[in-house]
Amino acid sequence: MSLLTSLARLRALDEGIAQPVATVRHCHLSRRPMVFIPLKLSGEAAAPLAAMLGTDRDDPRLLVVAQPRNRDLRFAWAAELAGVLLPYVEALTVDTETVERKNADPYERAVDAPQLVVPNQGGVAFTALLGRSTRFRRADGPYPVPGSVPLLGRWLTYFAERAAYPGSSIMLAATEELGRHWASGQSSLEDANLAALMSWITTGPSDEAEDPLVWPPAGPATDPGFDAEVLAPAIESGSAERVAEALRTQLEPTWRLVWQAIDLLAALPEGASVAQRWEQDRGSFSGMAAHVAEGAPPQARRDGAVAAAARLARMERAQAAYDVQRAYDDPMVMAEYRLTGEAFAGEVVETDPENTEGEGRSRKLRPLVVVKTDDPVRLPQGTSLGTPQRRGQGAVLVAADEGLITVKITKGMGRGKTAAPGSVPEVGERVCYTSLTDDFQGSATLPEAEATPWTHGGPPRGYTPDDEDAQEEWS
Amino acid sequence: MTGLKREGDPVRRLEALRGTTPPRPHDARAIAALAANPGCARRALMDGAGIDKDAAARHLGFPAPFGQSPFAITRGNMFEALVKADGCAELLRMLRELLDLPVEEVAYHDVENVGAHLRHTHTRSLLDHAARSTTAAEPVSAATFYDHPLLSLSIAGHTAYLEPDLVAFQLGGRFHVVEVKSFSVIDGQADPAAVAAAARQAAVYVLAMRTTLEELGHDPGLVSHDVVLVCPENFANRPVATLVDVRKQLAVLRRQLTRMTTLDRLLDALPDDLTFDLRPDDDGRPTRPVAELADALSRTTARYAPDCLSTCDMCFFCRDEARQEGASDLLGRQVRDELGGVASVAEALGLADGTRTPAEGQEEIARLLRNAERLRRECLT
Repeated sequence: MSLLTSLARLRALDEGIAQPVATVRHCHLSRRPMVFIPLKLSGEAAAPLAAMLGTDRDDPRLLVVAQPRNRDLRFAWAAELAGVLLPYVEALTVDTETVERKNADPYERAVDAPQLVVPNQGGVAFTALLGRSTRFRRADGPYPVPGSVPLLGRWLTYFAERAAYPGSSIMLAATEELGRHWASGQSSLEDANLAALMSWITTGPSDEAEDPLVWPPAGPATDPGFDAEVLAPAIESGSAERVAEALRTQLEPTWRLVWQAIDLLAALPEGASVAQRWEQDRGSFSGMAAHVAEGAPPQARRDGAVAAAARLARMERAQAAYDVQRAYDDPMVMAEYRLTGEAFAGEVVETDPENTEGEGRSRKLRPLVVVKTDDPVRLPQGTSLGTPQRRGQGAVLVAADEGLITVKITKGMGRGKTAAPGSVPEVGERVCYTSLTDDFQGSATLPEAEATPWTHGGPPRGYTPDDEDAQEEWS
Repeated sequence: MTGLKREGDPVRRLEALRGTTPPRPHDARAIAALAANPGCARRALMDGAGIDKDAAARHLGFPAPFGQSPFAITRGNMFEALVKADGCAELLRMLRELLDLPVEEVAYHDVENVGAHLRHTHTRSLLDHAARSTTAAEPVSAATFYDHPLLSLSIAGHTAYLEPDLVAFQLGGRFHVVEVKSFSVIDGQADPAAVAAAARQAAVYVLAMRTTLEELGHDPGLVSHDVVLVCPENFANRPVATLVDVRKQLAVLRRQLTRMTTLDRLLDALPDDLTFDLRPDDDGRPTRPVAELADALSRTTARYAPDCLSTCDMCFFCRDEARQEGASDLLGRQVRDELGGVASVAEALGLADGTRTPAEGQEEIARLLRNAERLRRECLT
């Protein structure tokens, strides 16, 4: 959080309504998102209680474990969940496009990818646990479960892993995405309550949002009062319908809220880089689908040393790219960097589009632009700059003096003797330059997994499914 | 400080604060939380006086948002029973592996069997005896579990008894605190917040045991700073034990406890007739007018932070108060730190708008706020 967001929070508190902290939407929204609201039994690590899910807001599916301590019912529930989720995922693997690559074979990429929307971070964590508790099961052997269950586990694990990947929109937590676009007048701790955050954004704060009788918690944990007074007697009664109806009352309000949150986000114009990130999501999805089709083993419990280092490096690069892209897409995000002196914006007051450097054959066109700004610039001379107005362009800071910044354009103004039309800003144009650049960063060279040095535990043992995994207790 | 106000002995003053409401004992959770917000005078006084904060908050119309699901309670109890079954047989098996112990048999003392009023003295004498047996240099191979010991700890100059929720394991005069928790450890990882809370609580027990040993003239180092955390493994009910080093938590706790404004000083600043009494009737129902109680409480300064929402029973009352005052504390410590000493929302916004002239020392934050405001406006139009 920055001072800019803090100020927005103060303003929200003062005005009694959330304030925007983004001018465009930074996540992709699928045409057919799958909203998924899981509930778990209190006190258990990953005992599912119910889930409401579906792609049609008017037709949610409610799946319930009528007797949450019964292992067979739990797996039957997982199979039912698979019956809804897997067809949704598998249908999207069918349509693909061929992507050509430099120095590599072309590959097939799905034209659309699934999108799972959960209410909050807790929903993501629970999805990961559900994935963990089902992906090692087996359809054969001494402890058979329905064949779709381990497959479901692998996809749930995939979804949860993507949720942690910066900039990915394969799995979204509603509170996280809302919080990226609006600042409420409460603490970030309280923002984790979807009902409270939504009421800050739509109507203004309401104490009802914290009343579990009006707005039941968005899961995965249920309200203790509900557990004691409604759920426990219903389970005791042995009536599956009664349990289902009780849980429906807890899920339906959240169901409506999540769709409302999607509508709020959909009303924002999409950021310029969103499509590019979604393309990566589609590529990742196709990779996973191919992995599953090839019959590769389920995701490991823990990454080996090399895999973990590679994953971390990937995520760091994704985070850096995501930060830069958001700043380029959204002046409100860029403002954070302007506040800290890493970017500046202002009006062009003078240009020298024909400025050159060097003599004879090495003479190069280096147009100069002078920008007048009120921003506190804290960039040294010679800093490489980029600009959201002309994305391919590269520039260097030549001089900064009393709010007048001279910039030399070094890249992206054409190869001719004079600059390509439109590549040098005109006097009077508003421009923004920043030291943030989305330059490609090569990945660190890591050894093959088989060559993991002894300092890092040596080569990891390959995964061989065994009966012990398949029979792991789930109580 | 004159002697006049000090005449009233603090214990009696605290009793007056509590009035006719029955005292409520501290548990380790409360002490760990107290150390988390040592600057809150309201909390220090209420805890020091043994006031039932939950009842007070309920009476004020701001019931605490905590409740435990019956399912969670059942599961927790089942798990604890499993670990402690047959004189902690399962626990011994785990400890043998974890601490590499050459122990075959173990004695088991359930201190709870002793009458409530004797439990503390009994615990002390058991600890004394165990510690003595090592100094006598006799070859001790007998290990002992002490279940439900009652420990005491001095909080802000007053003795607090710790609601027992642990097993102490003793071998050769060395003690380990064992904490049984029902959150799961999955593939060697557990919820970091849950582990941190457990470690803070365990640190309170370690500190209490060390203090007791010290008082008895033994080496406090006999109590290990490695506590044994017992949790269910993966998705099953099978327990798994892990050693958790609580040295850091101990240091924090010790520092916070010594730093904590002594209650005497806080009491001095209060009007003599102030009381937080709920005036319960014969059925224990509070009869004190709500406005009167709220007024009495507002004489003490609270230090609200959103973290209180997960630890303190009074949180909704104090949050409401912070809202009425327009305090920037409402938005969390991060925002407050970012604002660098600007306490109220109106003040911060005034500095941002330029409608308020910065006081001395506020120039820098005012400049930043004005800049931020200018940028926000520019982006929104």
